[in-house]
Amino acid sequence: MSTVIATDPGAGHLAPPAHRTITMAHGGGGRAMRDLVADLFLPAFDNPALAVLEDQAQLDPGGLAVPGARLAFTTDGFVVRPLVFPGGDIGKLAVCGTVNDLAVGGATPLALSCAVVIEEGFDLVLLAGIVASMRAAAAEAGVSIVTGDTKVVERGAADGLFITTAGVGVVAPGVALSAAAARPGDAVLVNGPLGDHGATILVARGDLALETELQSDCRPLNGLMQALLRAAPGTRCARDATRGGVAAVLNEIAGSASVGIRLVEETVPVRPAVRGVCEILGLDPLHLANEGTAVAIVPADEAGAALAAWRAHPYGAGARIIGSVAEAPRGRVTLRTSLGGERLLDLPLGDPLPRIC
Amino acid sequence: MKFVDEFRDPAQVRALLARIGRLVDRIGGTRDRPVTIMEICGGHTHAIFRFGLHRLTPEGLEFVHGPGCPVCVLPMARVDDCVELAQRPGVLLTTFGDAVRVPGTRGSLLQAKADGADVRIVYSPLDALELARRTPGREVVFFALGFETTMPATAAAVLQAEREGIANFTLFCNHITVPPPLRALLQDPDMRLDGFVGPGHVSMVIGTEPYRFIAEEFHRPVVVSGFEPADLLQSVAMVLEQIAQGRAAVENQYARVVRPEGNPRALALMDRVFEPRDRFEWRGLGEIDSSGMRMRERYAAFDAERKFGVGYGAGRARPAPESDGCRCGDVVKGAMKPPACPLFGTACTPQSPVGALMVSSEGSCAAYHQYAGLREAAE
Repeated sequence: MSTVIATDPGAGHLAPPAHRTITMAHGGGGRAMRDLVADLFLPAFDNPALAVLEDQAQLDPGGLAVPGARLAFTTDGFVVRPLVFPGGDIGKLAVCGTVNDLAVGGATPLALSCAVVIEEGFDLVLLAGIVASMRAAAAEAGVSIVTGDTKVVERGAADGLFITTAGVGVVAPGVALSAAAARPGDAVLVNGPLGDHGATILVARGDLALETELQSDCRPLNGLMQALLRAAPGTRCARDATRGGVAAVLNEIAGSASVGIRLVEETVPVRPAVRGVCEILGLDPLHLANEGTAVAIVPADEAGAALAAWRAHPYGAGARIIGSVAEAPRGRVTLRTSLGGERLLDLPLGDPLPRIC
Repeated sequence: MKFVDEFRDPAQVRALLARIGRLVDRIGGTRDRPVTIMEICGGHTHAIFRFGLHRLTPEGLEFVHGPGCPVCVLPMARVDDCVELAQRPGVLLTTFGDAVRVPGTRGSLLQAKADGADVRIVYSPLDALELARRTPGREVVFFALGFETTMPATAAAVLQAEREGIANFTLFCNHITVPPPLRALLQDPDMRLDGFVGPGHVSMVIGTEPYRFIAEEFHRPVVVSGFEPADLLQSVAMVLEQIAQGRAAVENQYARVVRPEGNPRALALMDRVFEPRDRFEWRGLGEIDSSGMRMRERYAAFDAERKFGVGYGAGRARPAPESDGCRCGDVVKGAMKPPACPLFGTACTPQSPVGALMVSSEGSCAAYHQYAGLREAAE
């Protein structure tokens, strides 16, 4: 029996005719699995490298053939609860996360892989929606999903759906971003407000009885990064500020380069709703996760051009210079508060936990 | 943000700092012999470090961080009892976020969860009650802790459970009250404190009257304070004014929230469900008379200690020894600054806390570690 998940070319969405659920047969390597791949994944990720259905994707070396170009390769596993949240879902996250890991290294993403682990009983309509969202995110990032794997595990062995993506990209000759390259005097840039994703997920879990208009900032950053590298070719390094937030990323950079990083609180962009959630729960927006926020360290004389390039990009309209690199305190990040006080901005401890009072 | 930004106005803060500077000079506070003010509440400690206020106030003024972090003052034995409860078959243990990291002698609730116990973080005791409704086959235990701030909500959950006849919901009650430990601190001969910044949220429930003994018996000023930087600095200035004038009274800076009589409805709820225990152990402070609360006999069915025979319910009141070298007690009494503890930042860090004060972000050691170690870091 075919799983029958038809595409609706008009709407651009996958529209299964009836609610069905994933069974162990969908992971069994037989007809049900073949149909799932043929009906769901192939039409969504449609590209020649995938369509041949070999055990590996064979890619045109393209930009890699240029002398001095390098291959960038990354992988990431995605687990999130809830699977669908304002501004995205696990599928969009899985594509953007891997694209962004390539992009902040200065790489142009070429192709992604996608492995899914699905819990028995998972809703096929929900799966189709998540796959459609992966397709849309990949299209936006200009990258193909060229190979994949599907596994089904027994009910209770997974929390709905886990996705692992890996990505390859090409780093152009002369581009060499590294956290160790940060130097005193450099400017610290972010491309937009901090903590939107983390606060959205906290609210979306529904435990807080809070309602906000917040949306995750989940989005591909390769276009933004290319704009940065064109405007500020001396850019030292960039990172996407996912788990642990901007605080974690800056602590890593300060440690790698053995420099101090000094932030100025008034310049740190945070939406009022995120500030509100943080005030209520006793959390720090600089510790909240982001999924479309990059931090870049740029030489002072290129900071203006970098900022202008980001602000001209749709995903950088809220870009700000939030601080600078200093000699000291080595390996630490400090924050000058709006009142003129100064404090350490340390790494967060695991997941942010709300305070009792 | 309405009701927040106006209390973080840099111009207002500068004016308050100047006033504090003049008052400290007038009183004669110096670096070697500073005027010492204890902020009782962990929320105030957190705000001081978060806004860097301790680096803005004059050297002749010293903040002493008081015992007002309910997570930090919980003794190891109570955490051990809670872990033991969580590990019982059929128990689903619920609690507030930062309580899961508090170390007992056999690890924390987070460790118990990793080892297979069903431990869940909730945002209110009513969420725990909802879990009990939804999982009738499980014994849902709420690890209740906190000062008078959180007690009314816990009482309300018990009364709601009683009304609905929910039989699988109990409290492991660790609620504590603010005035008894203050009396214990003031009676300690080693203590040298010139005044107090009183807790805002607790006072919203109990009002300002319960602090009167501090002014009348011990002749120290108390100013109940809000949590924004301008609130705190204004409260400090009000304490200093009293000292400069040789007065000792209870004043209320947080009048927009705190009424002198407190919240009678919340007080009535608490009184219906809870009564003081004769003694309760505080981490670092030892046993303090009438400082902890237990559930009244009428609500015994909702008391995890009685139902499961743990803690005081098992006739057990043994103090669990603190770790070697841990000086949490001296820090809580204000007799020692966190960095002076031999374990601070080496054996004891927020990643692997030895003492309770490193556990919660409101604990003074964690606050020092997170926000204050700038000078050491620069060296």
